[in-house]
Amino acid sequence: MPEIPKGLTIKEAREGLDRRDFSASELFEHYKTRIETQNPELNAYLTIFDKDSSFKFQDTGSLAGIPCAIKDNILIEGTVATAGSKILENYISAYDATVIKKLRAAGAQFLGKTNMDEFAMGTSTENSAYGPTKNPLDLTLVPGGSSGGSAAAVAADLAIFALGADTGGSIRQPASMCGIVGLKPTYGRVSRHGLIAMASSFDQIGPLTKIVYDAALVLNTLCGKDIFDSTTVDKPVPDFTAKLDLSIKGLKVGVPKEFFGTGLSAEVEESIRGAIKQLETLGCKLVDISLPNFEYGLAAYYIAVPSEISANLARFDGIRYGYSSPNAKTLLDTYVQSRSEGFGPEPKRRIMLGTYALSSGYYDAYYLKAQKVRALIKKDFDQAFKQVDVIVGPTSPNTAFKLGEKVSDPLALYLEDIYTVPVNLAGLPGISVPCGLGSKSKMPVGLQIIGKLFDEETLLRVAHQFEKS
Amino acid sequence: MLTDKELDKIAGLARLKIEASERERLKKDLSSILDYVAKLDSADTSGVEPLYQTTGQVNSTRADEPRGEFPMGDKLLELLVGQAPQSKDMLIKVKHVFSKS
Repeated sequence: MPEIPKGLTIKEAREGLDRRDFSASELFEHYKTRIETQNPELNAYLTIFDKDSSFKFQDTGSLAGIPCAIKDNILIEGTVATAGSKILENYISAYDATVIKKLRAAGAQFLGKTNMDEFAMGTSTENSAYGPTKNPLDLTLVPGGSSGGSAAAVAADLAIFALGADTGGSIRQPASMCGIVGLKPTYGRVSRHGLIAMASSFDQIGPLTKIVYDAALVLNTLCGKDIFDSTTVDKPVPDFTAKLDLSIKGLKVGVPKEFFGTGLSAEVEESIRGAIKQLETLGCKLVDISLPNFEYGLAAYYIAVPSEISANLARFDGIRYGYSSPNAKTLLDTYVQSRSEGFGPEPKRRIMLGTYALSSGYYDAYYLKAQKVRALIKKDFDQAFKQVDVIVGPTSPNTAFKLGEKVSDPLALYLEDIYTVPVNLAGLPGISVPCGLGSKSKMPVGLQIIGKLFDEETLLRVAHQFEKS
Repeated sequence: MLTDKELDKIAGLARLKIEASERERLKKDLSSILDYVAKLDSADTSGVEPLYQTTGQVNSTRADEPRGEFPMGDKLLELLVGQAPQSKDMLIKVKHVFSKS
């Protein structure tokens, strides 16, 4: 077995494969061994695949021979997909998600399925029915969530890259807390076919990677109109790696004053201010902007999303898939008992909340009001993007927190997503890139860069130039 | 604070059974979230149209023609029916709807 360097990026792995330093099969085995050694402690993977379990190695394709990890709410035919829930403990996917088909066509290899908060509801991966994932940088801390398994796998070099899904920050926030890159594409860029739905008008699949270039490369593969997801948009897909090296001199960078209010920890603010200064050094023009309805973002999100959840999770009825209560005597029993025994506390809370918001007499006050506020938030971004090319700020108000610290306070966990949810409400693309360690915690801080609709190119360029500097 | 009656009504609609041991905790959690979202009341939304999705696509339709990506055959049928916890003779099995009086 040849020596395989640690912390390989896609780019480096590609070069190593092309030079015949190692074969794709050796690369896969290398990662599998690392996973077998380290996963018992990290719990980043829920399922680990074998090399010969149907995955054929190929030489061609932009990701040929690159081993990756897949969040456990994305379907791979013939394998278990739990979405972090007991209700899907034995669920076997009947087909490949569109993104999986695309990754296969590009030659990527699947190492396994990663841990997540149950149905992607959470910001710490502690809501998984299969135990929490630990932050590889400090095992007493959370990795963020809900794609915490994917983020931990990439940060611990148990995969070269991973797929996650982001409804309100679930790619960007764990990327930030684990010190890696996480990209949420524009809503409609990437097909959701084969993604176990949480909130369908918010969910979007995207990559978690070690460097920005890799995120651009994976995005090239994922994008495109899909007849199986009619919310995908028929737009040209550029080569997202092509313009990464262009200078960002003169680019207008918006800094919303609302991103620096109460709740933001001092050390995160310090890092973010430093990163913004760095962008100025690179020639960007900083513009003070305002997103006046920012303060309502999280509240609108926690009505709109649970409402969609209550509808989407109605399909788990104990009849069509997953867990069915053996104690049920009638059809109604089957519904009620399977759901009550199969769902964990957070899905139950959100189903209840969404059902309440949609119920007769409350619909106008909650659901309709939230969707109107959503329009206001989008309008704020539209206004801001008339003056600027990208918007920057923190990904998360805090660095990684202690396991168990916030688990009994749902609202405290929700507040971790305060800077990421407005981006999903407006459907915009967003990325988190590492911008150093907090001065107090010595844990990674993520800089969030938000782009115009379908302008991932500029977003990635700014992120890449920042990362290089 | 949500009342017990409200909690039972929502649980019924959501097809969930709330155990006695979960009840107080759930009432407290839901009430604190509802208190937080009450801040939406102070947002001025007069004359604002609700936004349900962000791409602006309307009636995204396709031709009503078979496409053949998922050809129905014994294998796919088995995979799909096989997802159900209980099945018999390639049919999904459910409990009875009516009870004997």
